[in-house]
Amino acid sequence: MSAVSALYQDLILDHNRSPRNYGAMANANRRVEGDNPLCGDRLTVWLLLDGDRVRDVSFEASGCAISVASASLMTSAIKGKTKAEAEHLFEQFHRLVTGELDPLEAHTLGKLAVFSGVREYPVRVKCASLSWHAMKAALQAPAATVTT
Amino acid sequence: MKRAPEATPTPELLDPELVPAPAEVGRQIRPFDVGRIREDFPILRRRVRGKPLIYLDNAATAQKPQSVIDAVADFYRHDNANIHRGVHYLSERATAEYQAVREKVARQLNAASAREIIFTRGTTDGINLVAQSFGRTFLQAGDEILITAMEHHSNIVPWQLVCQQIGAVLKVVPITDQGELDLEAFEALLSSRTRLVAMVHLSNALGTINPVKALIALAHDRGVPVLLDAAQSAPHLALDVQDLGCDFLAFSGHKLFGPTGVGVLYGRESLLDRMPPYQGGGGMIATVTFEQTTWAELPAKFEAGTPMIAEVIGLGAAVDYLTHIGCDVIQRWEEELLTYATEKISALERVTVIGRASAKAGVLSFIMRGVHPHDIGAILDDDGIAIRAGHHCTQPVMRHFGIPATARASFAFYNTREEIDALVRGLVRVGRTFD
Repeated sequence: MSAVSALYQDLILDHNRSPRNYGAMANANRRVEGDNPLCGDRLTVWLLLDGDRVRDVSFEASGCAISVASASLMTSAIKGKTKAEAEHLFEQFHRLVTGELDPLEAHTLGKLAVFSGVREYPVRVKCASLSWHAMKAALQAPAATVTT
Repeated sequence: MKRAPEATPTPELLDPELVPAPAEVGRQIRPFDVGRIREDFPILRRRVRGKPLIYLDNAATAQKPQSVIDAVADFYRHDNANIHRGVHYLSERATAEYQAVREKVARQLNAASAREIIFTRGTTDGINLVAQSFGRTFLQAGDEILITAMEHHSNIVPWQLVCQQIGAVLKVVPITDQGELDLEAFEALLSSRTRLVAMVHLSNALGTINPVKALIALAHDRGVPVLLDAAQSAPHLALDVQDLGCDFLAFSGHKLFGPTGVGVLYGRESLLDRMPPYQGGGGMIATVTFEQTTWAELPAKFEAGTPMIAEVIGLGAAVDYLTHIGCDVIQRWEEELLTYATEKISALERVTVIGRASAKAGVLSFIMRGVHPHDIGAILDDDGIAIRAGHHCTQPVMRHFGIPATARASFAFYNTREEIDALVRGLVRVGRTFD
């Protein structure tokens, strides 16, 4: 598989075409905007936090396939998780896309392992992690803006 | 130039499948021999991701012919010394070489005198020089600077800085959906408070060639001087500052097949004479005491410190190279490439060309429905094809068209129809991937 085929796997293309958990959330109690001024990617993440737990999460985004698919898979991955679990997942995900995670450990990330191809494209790390940065900021404060 | 029998690119240059069939070569006899030209550019022989490099990002920076690479290396190998200072042989030689490039550039631009040619670090540096030196001297609070909506950020931000410093006002000529300047608005926006027009000659995002000669005449009718951002026009069009009538013109060496880190600012002598230095330092003074310093004559007044000597000499080699090929030949070939690429790419499903001005050169910006330009760029890169994807430092242009970014193929005279065919095949692959 060429580097680019490893980047644009079917699961990523599918989540780009039909993103899950897409759209504004009326009853959200957290809302964070993220942007990457270098490439113009923008997104908004909404969270419904119930105490320490992510009850619901949604997003809207304009960006490349990597950033949209990553946001979509991020929302699926953190729904129902505690703050600590979600933050730990982000750490693992970040290690995956920057090539720090042992490939043998990648499966522990489940579907998110599909982003392992990003490590061959350092400039795309920001695309893959923008929604995660926004999610992390949303866990910490009711409203914020993050820039990658 | 005669087409030599070895005109077909050698196999290491291009995929065997990209080499045109002999019959087709016969049919396409034309005076410009792109196969021979490509041999002058060593980088065009390299492979990228296992494929022959297809370099279509020339508006970002152009590749360098061997003669430019040699000129820089030879300077360091044989002639390196500081200029204007030494009484020794090498310093005199370096000074003479450096000044000879100034004369050469002056002739190339048809400047009235070599004193009107200032070496800068690049287009951005030249525009900042005018913004600070001219702007802070001749502008007052409430005065207006007129730019256009298709400027590169480097012809927006320096003026915003000077507006903040002196309370001047930035006015912007809008663009049409074709990607052309709104000429009526241009005229209407030239007011009694306009002190300077700063506009792009050839848009890096849209490829539009603006009718600058007519617009300069309009501005001059009202006594308003004009700066041209010629970063993109210098590599594609013959520039004659006296014919255009511009008062300032800035371009970069690296987009003109020369080294990075060097550029040219042309300035009308009568204006440069009245402008204070932009930076202080060695080389730009006549006498220095702690009480008072007097400035050197033009153009040294604007060249503080040790300049980029090797780069200037490399730029001289680039100008020689372009003169040798001939600007008219280059223009004809590039027009042919752009027409061919526009025709082929417009015909692709889901593709919309951004920028449909009646006069264009060198640049083809486009979007594909359902595919972000960055994804287009990444997939083409896998085929060894280098294009630019992004806002091209022209966010206001992107905003006008309501898009975050475009994919941009930009051409130089060493590009071929076969490379455009490869680009088209790559875009078909992009379409398939995102189906």
